[in-house]
Formats: sequence, C-alpha cells, structure tokens
Amino acid sequence: MKRVVITGAGTINALGHDVASTLSAMAEGTCGIGALDLRDVERLSIQIGGQVRGFEAEGRYNRQQMSLYDRFTQFTLAAAKEAIDQSGLIFSGELAAKSGVVLGTAGGGVSTWDDNYRSVYEDGKNRVHPFVVPKLMNNAAASHVSMEYNLKGPSFTVSTACASSNHAMAQAFSMVRSGMAPAMVTGGSESMLCFGGVKAWEGLRVMSRDACRPFSANRNGMVQGEGAGVFVFEEYAHAKARGADILCEVSGFAMSSDASDIVMPSKSGAARAMAGALSDARINREDVGYINAHGTGTAANDKTECAAVADVFGPHADRLMISSTKSMHGHLIGGTGAVELLACIMALREGVIAPTIGYEEPDPECALDVVPNEARQAKVTVAISNAFAFGGMNAVLALRAI
Amino acid sequence: MSIKDKVIAIIADQAVLEPSDVRMDSTLEDLGIDSLGLVESIFAIEEEFDINVPFNANDPQASDFDISSVSSIIAGIEQLKKEQS
Repeated sequence: MKRVVITGAGTINALGHDVASTLSAMAEGTCGIGALDLRDVERLSIQIGGQVRGFEAEGRYNRQQMSLYDRFTQFTLAAAKEAIDQSGLIFSGELAAKSGVVLGTAGGGVSTWDDNYRSVYEDGKNRVHPFVVPKLMNNAAASHVSMEYNLKGPSFTVSTACASSNHAMAQAFSMVRSGMAPAMVTGGSESMLCFGGVKAWEGLRVMSRDACRPFSANRNGMVQGEGAGVFVFEEYAHAKARGADILCEVSGFAMSSDASDIVMPSKSGAARAMAGALSDARINREDVGYINAHGTGTAANDKTECAAVADVFGPHADRLMISSTKSMHGHLIGGTGAVELLACIMALREGVIAPTIGYEEPDPECALDVVPNEARQAKVTVAISNAFAFGGMNAVLALRAI
Repeated sequence: MSIKDKVIAIIADQAVLEPSDVRMDSTLEDLGIDSLGLVESIFAIEEEFDINVPFNANDPQASDFDISSVSSIIAGIEQLKKEQS
C-alpha cells in the first residue's frame, strides 16, 4: 500500500476566496454568516446563510463557459485552480492518463434547476436554454475540472448529502493508496443558497433564524453555507521525488451506514466510522489531538456526536479538542467536509485550532473541549474530520502531520 | 432590424465576430460554431422571433430546417414567420 499526502489545497467559501484568507478568518474566529442576498428572500422564513460574497463570474469566465457553469461548478474551478497551482503538478502523459477527479456534491446545479423552474412555471415560458442539463448535472464540476487540467483517469461525483465530500475524498484516497492513481484531485462543492434551495431546507424545520451555535445549550439549528474545497492527493514517493511541499498525510478513513433513520443521527454509526478510521490509519486513539466535528448546531447531531466521541475515545475524549467550523462558514452540505479539512490541515501544520464560535452556554450533553469562541495554539500530530449525513451515511478521514 | 439582420447579429454574437464578418454563404462550421453553439443559436433565434424551430440535435439531417448556410437559416426563419402570421 502506498502512502498518500496532500500537496495542494484550494477553497472558496463565506470566510474567504482562498485558503490563506479562510485559515486566517478561522484563526480569528470570524463569522461569515449574514443576511442572505438573493431573489425573493422576503418570502423565506430563514434569511441568513454563509454566502460567498464578491465572487463575480462575469470577467472570470467567458460567455460560453458561463452558459455551462452553474455556481457550484464555478466554485469548484476556482478552488481546483488554487489547489493544482499549489501542487505544481502538470498533468500529461502517464500521469494524466492515470489521474482523475472525484468530487462530492449533494445538489449539483441547484440554482440552475431553480432558475429554470421559475422560468417555466412562474414566468410561463415554454423553452429553456439548451445547456440546462449539462449545467445542472451533479458531475458537471468534476467534468469541467477533468477537461481544464487534462485528467484522464477515473473521475466521478459522489453524492451522500452532508458527507459527500468526505466520501469523495475517501474514494480518491483509496485510489492513490492502492497504486491505481499517482494523484487525484478531490473535495467537493455546493451552491444551494437560492430561493428553492433554502425553501427546501426550511421545510425540515432544522434551520436557525439567527446563528449556528454548535454544542452550545441554546443552539437552535443549522445555517447553510456555500462554496468549495479542492485538494490534490498524491502518492508520497511521487511527491517526495519532485520535491513537492507536503501539507500533511492522509492516513486512513472509514465509512459506515446507520441503517436506521433517514434524518436522525445514530451514535453507533458515528462511532463505528471514527473507530474505523483510526483502525484503518493504525492510529492509537490517544494520539488524536483534534477532531473537526460534523457539529451542525442541531440539537440531535451535536449531542449524538459528542456521545459517539466519548464512546470511541474513552477518557481521552476529555483531553482532545473538538470544534465545529460550521459556526463560521455555515454548513456547505455536500462541500462541507472539504472546507472543514482545511481546519485539520491548519491544526497539523500551524498548530492553530479553529474555534467553535457562537458558543454561549455549556450543554451537559456536549461536555467536551469544543474550543469555544477563540482559536487556540496547540501541537497536534493527528486530526480526524467527521461527516455524518442524512440517510445515515458517515465518512471519517484521519490525517497526520508530516 | 430585418429578420436577416437579426439572425446575422445572433450568429455573429455566438461566433464572437462582427456582423460584417458573417457572409450569407458562410456555413456555421466556417464561422467556428460547433454543435453546442448551434443549439444555443437556435435557442436565441426561437427567443428572438417567438417561433419553434424544428431542429433535432440528435439527427440534424432529418430536421425540416436547413442549417447548411447563413442564408438557408434566414430563409427557414422567414418561412416559419410567414406560416405563423
């Protein structure tokens, strides 16, 4: 089995348009959540979100590209460029033939669906733009990345709701670890902050009207975000041989299914995924210094996740740090694990633990060190990133400093 | 603007050319418009003239609409507008 390292990272989200600005916002405990700016917002009962601001597709992409790039694809391409530029890889010859792109998204081109439904139902039009289908399809972002960077190996899109990115990165990791691919571009993207996208979430009644306060006793729900995170996963010897700057090692992962309820989380499903990732990575639980929590800010998730951490880590649960950066960038749904992996990289590389902001009242059911409100300096050698999706599908990645 | 001028404007826009560069005997291929550009052009024409162009991208030859040159496209649209009125 090959060792797998990360040699490039890119993002765009409510905290920043690149990795550096995102990490500095996380370190400062900045809140990227604010009033939503979108059409018909006055008809929504939830009017806040972690929206990407100041990202203009015009000027960045030409007209032909604009007609094919939904916002989730635009985000992906922006993040992929940053990641691949940082890696220094140029895909040609055998490297191109074997390397691919595996991305996560829950909804794909949601605003393309929304705009065109509006056009035919509300405006009564009988015709839509010819590229509606290639623009909204869930694999559009992965396809455009493959075309842009000449990635000719295995490429596809994974859709497991809020765990999509973690499941996607797990697939990319497996391919590099097995020797199937020397490098993979992976991560995820989501852009659901449009009228229909928010309206659908409102229906579940799990959304907060004012803030995302994970683990706080007065938490009252999740807040949606949007954006993308993209990474270059590369075989260690390949990266070493070319003198690449290695951000960290991806040392293992596990996936589990609750097989119980379509929306309620399960302690045992979450615990099996965390324990499985440690076992796959051959990491002792005492070595885990930081957990990037799924931490949605809903009553159900946060207490279930904390109970699962206590089960898996035993007495060490009280010594490790666990935070939810969703309090800052919102819940990026299918893209969330990718953006949250950045907090793990920051912990391993810079020794900065991103805080859980908005934390106001301790909850006895979430009695862990949730790094409340302010970032902390700490030396961490192993971090794990949790994602527990609707549908009971869980994926956890384990990372190690290098 | 006449039908002819409007069609030329749509095609020029799609081809990223000046309308003066679009000749009546130009084929879409000459102008660098590929199959996706063609369906976008037809969409723009339908929107502009409020007509339905009988064009099937799966089998352009089978369509009752001649796209072999700029002039044949214009003639086809003029015919469709005449049938409409």
